[in-house]
Amino acid sequence: MSSVQILIADDNQVDRKILGRILQKQGHRVIEAVNGREAVELYRQHLPEMVLLDVMMPEMDGKQAALQIKDAAGEDFVPIIFLTSLTDAYGLAECLDSGGDDFLNKPYNPVVLEAKVHAFFRMREMHYTLQQQRDTIARHNEHMMREQEAAKAVFDNVAHQGCLSADNIRYLVSPLAIFNGDVLLAARQPNGSMNLLLGDFTGHGLPAAIGAMPLAEIFYGMTNKGYGVRDIVREINFRLKQILPVGFFCCAVMVEMNFERKTASLWMGGVPDCYLYRQQTDKLEELRSSHLPLGVLSDTRFRDSLQEFNLANGDRFLLWSDGILEARNPAGEMFGQPRLFDVISTAASADDIFPAIRLALDEYQGDSARDDDITLAEICMVEPPEQTTPEIDRTLACKNGPMDWSFEYRLGSQSLANFNPLPVVMHVLSEVPGLKMMSGQLYTVLSELFSNAFEHGVLELDSALKQTPAGFTEYYRQRGQRIAELQQGQVKIHLEHQGDGLAGLLRVRFEDSGPGFDYQAMLAANAAALQQAGTGQYSGRGIPLIHRICESVEYLGKGNVVEAVIHWPIPATRA
Amino acid sequence: MSVESKVSGDGQQLTIQVSGRFDFSAHQAFRDAYENPHSSVRKYVIDLSGTSYLDSSALGMLLLLRDYAGGDNADISITNCNPDVKKILAISNFEQLFVIA
Repeated sequence: MSSVQILIADDNQVDRKILGRILQKQGHRVIEAVNGREAVELYRQHLPEMVLLDVMMPEMDGKQAALQIKDAAGEDFVPIIFLTSLTDAYGLAECLDSGGDDFLNKPYNPVVLEAKVHAFFRMREMHYTLQQQRDTIARHNEHMMREQEAAKAVFDNVAHQGCLSADNIRYLVSPLAIFNGDVLLAARQPNGSMNLLLGDFTGHGLPAAIGAMPLAEIFYGMTNKGYGVRDIVREINFRLKQILPVGFFCCAVMVEMNFERKTASLWMGGVPDCYLYRQQTDKLEELRSSHLPLGVLSDTRFRDSLQEFNLANGDRFLLWSDGILEARNPAGEMFGQPRLFDVISTAASADDIFPAIRLALDEYQGDSARDDDITLAEICMVEPPEQTTPEIDRTLACKNGPMDWSFEYRLGSQSLANFNPLPVVMHVLSEVPGLKMMSGQLYTVLSELFSNAFEHGVLELDSALKQTPAGFTEYYRQRGQRIAELQQGQVKIHLEHQGDGLAGLLRVRFEDSGPGFDYQAMLAANAAALQQAGTGQYSGRGIPLIHRICESVEYLGKGNVVEAVIHWPIPATRA
Repeated sequence: MSVESKVSGDGQQLTIQVSGRFDFSAHQAFRDAYENPHSSVRKYVIDLSGTSYLDSSALGMLLLLRDYAGGDNADISITNCNPDVKKILAISNFEQLFVIA
């Protein structure tokens, strides 16, 4: 042990010198005070590591001095040992009560003295170490909180560009969800369809947060370009597999709502059972994960098969991560699926389901520490949003960008089976400023014409099938099967544009390799449907909108070619 | 939580038994159980008869084992799961990667 600096206070000079000499002989440095007042002063001056105080002293006694020294030491531990010839238990106890740590009887026994100095020095060291560790932890903690705040701010900038505040979405998500590994994102495609993704990364803290960044970027980037759930989950899976260490993954459910067609597509991997609530029948349909979580499988083994739904206004998806099922009551029991099902199925009306779940969770958890990792979302089928064409800013004259051009994109069977060409086509169109402003409407037209050419032309699927709910399911079954078996066929997309920067004309032609169809009959039927729009049919809903946007839509050849002409800006009478 | 492992007589099969809660606290022990050199091991059996609960980090550990044991060529069975454990494995569709008996 190194030498210890020790303050001795005793008004008896002989006793003081004897004690000082013993300690010096043992290698310690000694400071001497003749009374309590001087002891306090010397303590403040020299900050010795240990203090030995006589109990009875003039001016200020030992107990008083002990109180003041302890006070001056603050958080630091300064062992104070009383020097006393007292023998009665009460007197000794009083010494310790006034802040002393031990006492030493006169006359001094050097062996006991040395042992006590050693023992208290160890105690002081231990105290110091604890203090250091406590401060280090506090520093680290503060550092971590600052880092988390910064990380959260970055993530919020990435994540909050979406449309979670849309009228048809309700949700519950903790402000620090990102560090629980939960993400909830929603955004609109150019044609007004909505994509929503609820994800739950394994683990907590930064590892969980890291994967959320690329996930959000891919989700928003691809949604803005018009990609649907299939392409987006595949891309997210590919990226997460690439960047996350083995054993880390993201359980996710993603839904795409097409408000024009009243359909929804859903991909679900590793998420507990969720529900689809149908308002008309007041029935709950269970949604079950049919896939591994995102980031587990390589791109070649990844499965992107979707669950397809036709919906009516008011129908809604209720989606969550496992946090809601694992919410605990004060007794430590979990909320669980049966309780959740009860709450939903006894809600008074469709609009009451979401508040009822929130209320039930609050009541169940009571005052017990609130679980922060509950993420819950409801997305509802509603009327499509109004698509408005912004006024062209004539001061810009829009003369930049290509005005006279044509573009042909031919897709063979292999491309058709697993590639969506529309985002690429939209990209080309968006180079024309006047077309970029109506990209939402253009996308609607293109996706309608393309899916007709592909599904009814190349795949020869019967559109009449989609008019009943059972047929709808059968339609998608056949669609999946025919895509898997597709050997030949093609769709040719031809675009041609002429314009002067203030107005222009776009000609869009789709030609498929299918057998064509009796378009005269269909045109007549469509005209009828147009007159009584909203008859509850599942197919053909996009058609009235197309006629509103296009100058003309004409079928040619044997019905395997369709040509649409679009003027921009759209005349006010039609838009 | 405890993790025990034993190699079959012919040295071809490693059985790992996890008792109690299979969560992050089992991480090191589980890893040690398969990383200790059993160069002859071809087949892995994860016996969950004593496992009461399994969380997502346990799923991560199973994926790590699968990676270690050869990825898509790994031969791993998960056996004797109680209904709760089976449900968690089913939600995650782990039967696409492991033989779950």
